[in-house]
Amino acid sequence: MPVSDEIGVVSYGACIPRLRIKTEEIAKVWGKDGVAMAKGLNVHSKSVPGWDEDVITISVTAARRAMYRAEIDPSRIGAIYVGSESHPYAVKPTATIVAEAIRATPRLTAADFEFACKAGTAAIQAAMGLSKSGIIDLGMGIGADTSQGAPGDALEYSASAGGAAFIIGRDDLIARINHTCSFTTDTPDFWRREGQHYPSHGGRFTGVPSYFRHVLAASEMCMEAVGTKPEDYAYAVLHQPNGKFPVRAAKQIGFNDAQIKDGLLTPYIGNTYSASMPLGLAAILDKAKPGDRIYGCAYGSGAGADAFDITVTDGIDRMERKPGETVQAMVADAHYINYAEYAKLRGKILMAE
Amino acid sequence: MAREVGIIGVGITKFGEVWDRSLRDLGLEAGVKAITDANVASSDIDALYVGIMSPGMFLDQEHVAPLIADWAGIAGSHIPATRVEAADASGGLAIREAWMGIKAGLYDIVMVGGAEKMTDVGDEEALETLSASVDQEWEAFFGATLPSLYAMIARRHMHQYGTTREQLAHVAVKNHMHGALNPDAQFQSKVSLDAVMSAVPVAEPLGVFDCAPFSDGAAALVLCEWERAKKIAEHPIKITGSGQAGSSLSLFARKDITTFSATRAAAEKALAMSGRGLEDIQVAEVHDSYTIAEILAVEDLGFAKKGEGGKMAESGETALGGRLPINTSGGLKARGHPLGATGIAQAVEIVQQLRGKAAGRQVKGARVGLTHNVGGTGGTALVHILEGEG
Amino acid sequence: MAGARFWREKSSRYNGLGAKCHNCQKVFFPPRALCDHCGRESMGKVKPFQLKGMGTLHSFSVVHDPPRGFETQIPYVVGLVEMDEGVKLTAQIVDCEPRDVQIGMRVKDVFRKVREDGRAGVIHYAYKFAPLTSPHGGATPAHTEALEAAVSGPMDGARPKQKA
Repeated sequence: MPVSDEIGVVSYGACIPRLRIKTEEIAKVWGKDGVAMAKGLNVHSKSVPGWDEDVITISVTAARRAMYRAEIDPSRIGAIYVGSESHPYAVKPTATIVAEAIRATPRLTAADFEFACKAGTAAIQAAMGLSKSGIIDLGMGIGADTSQGAPGDALEYSASAGGAAFIIGRDDLIARINHTCSFTTDTPDFWRREGQHYPSHGGRFTGVPSYFRHVLAASEMCMEAVGTKPEDYAYAVLHQPNGKFPVRAAKQIGFNDAQIKDGLLTPYIGNTYSASMPLGLAAILDKAKPGDRIYGCAYGSGAGADAFDITVTDGIDRMERKPGETVQAMVADAHYINYAEYAKLRGKILMAE
Repeated sequence: MAREVGIIGVGITKFGEVWDRSLRDLGLEAGVKAITDANVASSDIDALYVGIMSPGMFLDQEHVAPLIADWAGIAGSHIPATRVEAADASGGLAIREAWMGIKAGLYDIVMVGGAEKMTDVGDEEALETLSASVDQEWEAFFGATLPSLYAMIARRHMHQYGTTREQLAHVAVKNHMHGALNPDAQFQSKVSLDAVMSAVPVAEPLGVFDCAPFSDGAAALVLCEWERAKKIAEHPIKITGSGQAGSSLSLFARKDITTFSATRAAAEKALAMSGRGLEDIQVAEVHDSYTIAEILAVEDLGFAKKGEGGKMAESGETALGGRLPINTSGGLKARGHPLGATGIAQAVEIVQQLRGKAAGRQVKGARVGLTHNVGGTGGTALVHILEGEG
Repeated sequence: MAGARFWREKSSRYNGLGAKCHNCQKVFFPPRALCDHCGRESMGKVKPFQLKGMGTLHSFSVVHDPPRGFETQIPYVVGLVEMDEGVKLTAQIVDCEPRDVQIGMRVKDVFRKVREDGRAGVIHYAYKFAPLTSPHGGATPAHTEALEAAVSGPMDGARPKQKA
C-alpha cells in the first residue's frame, strides 16, 4: 500500500553550457551544404561543453539550482540517480559527487543509470518509486550528457551537452505526476561498444521501427491509462534527437505546434541526449501555470520510451522562477566557436602523451 | 664584547643554461673561488651552510648538504653541513644562519653557498617547481603559477596607484643595461623598452622580459669572525645588520597584496641593528624575480613611498650613475636567478662594490650596501646591511 | 597521485566551507582550527562557516604559460576574489572573455573541473567564479543558512568532523 497517493516534482534545475557551434560551421569542414543541413535536421546550432564542463559539473549545477530555489534541506534527499551515456568515469558514479556537492551525504542511496537518451527519465521513475513507497522522503533524478558524434557523421551536427535535475516527492509539489509508463523492447537502433569512442547507429532504422514505434506506443499506453486525449494537454514535450522527429511524432500523436513549441530546444542547443526531454520539460515548467497539463515522453535507443502525464499545481506560483535563470535564458546565453576550437575542446585532436 | 661577522671571500659561477656542469660541479667551482679569495684552508672551515630551494624536484636529490661538503673536499673533516630552504630566499637565509652561528660563538669561519640546477628538467616542470613556493592546495591547485601571482600583484598595484606597464618595463631595461656590464651575468645584452612591452605574455600584464629566467649557477661566501677577519683579509666587509621576517605563505591571506610586510619588517630590523638609515645606503641588490617585485622592493624597503616605486623605476635614480644604483649586477632578471644561489650572489655583488672591485659597473666610493632576498610571494624576506672601507 | 590528499578538502573545494572564530568573528577560508588573531583564546571557538559564494574580483591575471595539466586551457584567467564575508581566495574566472574581466566585477561560484591526473587518474572538481549575470551558479541566502545548520559541529583539525 503506497504511503501517498500523490507523487510529483518538488523542484527542478537546469544547466546548458554557454558555448555553441553552428551547423554551418561543422558542415563547412566536411564539404556539406550547411544551410540545407540545418534545414533538413532543424538543428541550427548545438551546445558544446567547455574544457571544464562534463556530466558531473552539469549535474551538480542543475541539482544545486533545484535545491536552492526551493530551499530544500539536503538531509531530506534519500536517493540521487544520474542518467547519462557520457559519465566522466566508466566506474565511479556521478551521483556520489552530486550528493557531496549538494551536501546530501552520507545517508542516501545513489547510482548512475544508462539507457541512451532515456537514462534521465529512468532515474526519475526510480526516484518516484522510492519516494511514493515511503522508503525515502525526496529523490533526485537527473538526466545529463555531453555526448559526441563521430566526425563527419550526421550525429556530429546534433550531439550536444546539457542537464536537468528533478526533485521528486510527495508534498509541496509544483507539478503532480499523475502517471508514468514505459514501452521497452530490444531494438538495436543506436549503440556504443565498451572502449569505442563514438556510437554507431542503424541509419534510417532509427526512425520508424525505433523512435516512432516506442514513442507512439508509450503515448497511446499513457493516454489510455489516464483517459486523456492530445487536446487535453497545454504542453507536450517529446525526446528530440533533432528538430524534425519530435515535430512529426507530435503530429502523429495529435499534438499541434503551439503545444510543443516551448519544450522544443533542439533547434538551438542540439540533442542533449539524457537531458533532451527533461530540459524541454524544465523549459515548460519555467512558464507553466497551475492547472496546466503536460505530456512528456522520452526515448532511449536500445530501446524504450518513458511517458509522463503531469498536472501543474498551485505550488508552482510559490517557486522562484527568475527571468535571468530560466532554460530560455540559458539557451540565449550563447557564445559561438569555430570547428578548430570545437575539435580541441571535444578531444578530437590527437595530443602528445 | 659582542662578536661581529665579516665576509672575507666571495666566489660565483657564470649563471645561465649550463648544460655541461652538474649541481656538484657548480657548487665546487663557487666554493673553490670563495676559499681562494678568502685565502684560508679547508681545514679552517668550521661549518657549511647551503641555500638551495628544490634539488628534490629538479634532481630527485635531497640531503644535499653532505653532498656539497663531500664534493668540496671537506666531508672528511666532519664539519656540520646544513641545507637551508626558504624558496628563492634560501641563499639569504643561509647567510643569516651562518652569521648566527658565528655570532653565537660556535664557529669562527663558515662557508655559505647557494646553488640551483634548474635546466635538467623541462620548462613546464621548472615552472611548477618554481611555483612550489606558493600554496599548493589553495593557489597552485587552481592553476595559479608563481608568475601569475606576481602578475596579480602588478595589476592591483596598477589599479591602486596608477603604476603603468612602461614603469614595470623600465626595471627590465635598467637591469639588462647593468647585466651587459657584468661578465658573470646570464644575459649580457641590453633590451629596449619596446622589446619588453611587446614580449610574449607569461601571465598578463607580465611578459617574458618581466620575469627572471630559469638558471643554473652557484655562489659562495666565506664568513669570518670580525677580529680575525681584519687580520686575514685585505678588505673585509662587515655584516652590520641582518633582518629576517615572515608573512603568510599564500597571497590571498594578505590584507594588502601590493606590499610585502615581511620586507618592511626585515628591513626595519636590519637597519636598526646596523644603526644606519635608508639615506646611508649607497648601493643595493633587491629581489627582482619579476619587474613588479623590484617596484615593491624599493617601496617596502623604504626608498620610495608606497605607490611611487614605478616613478622611481622610470626616473633613472636606480640606474648606475643615479642617486641609488639598484641591481648593478643585472639583478635576478639579467644576472640570472638560480633560486638558491640568488641570495648569495646578491651579497657577492655588494661585497665587490664595497671593495671597489666591481669593474665596469662600480658605484664610486660605495661604503654601505644592502641586500634584499624574498621567498615566493613574500612569505620570507631577508635584508642584510654590509659595510666596507670604500 | 594519492586520492586522500584531495578527498580531504572536498567540503571546502566543492562547497566553500570555511571557518569562523566566534571570539573575534574573523572568517577563514580555507578553514582552520585556530584563529591567527586570537591564538589560544580561540580554541574550541572556531566553528565551520559556510561562504555564500558571492564576491568581488580583487585582482586577476591571464595566464599564457601554464603548469602541466592546464595546457589546453590557455589562455585562462586566475583571480583573487574577495568574498562578501571578507576573505580572499584564489580561483579561475570563467564564462567570460579574458578581455572583459575587470577588477571590481561581481562574481559567484560555479562547480567545474579543475584538473585531471592524466587520462586514467582521478578528476578534481572545485569552485571557479563566473560573472554574477551568468544563469548558473550561486546560492540563495536563505538556503545557505540551511547549509550552515547542516555543517555545525566541532572542527577536527583543519576541517569539520565528517558526519557519521
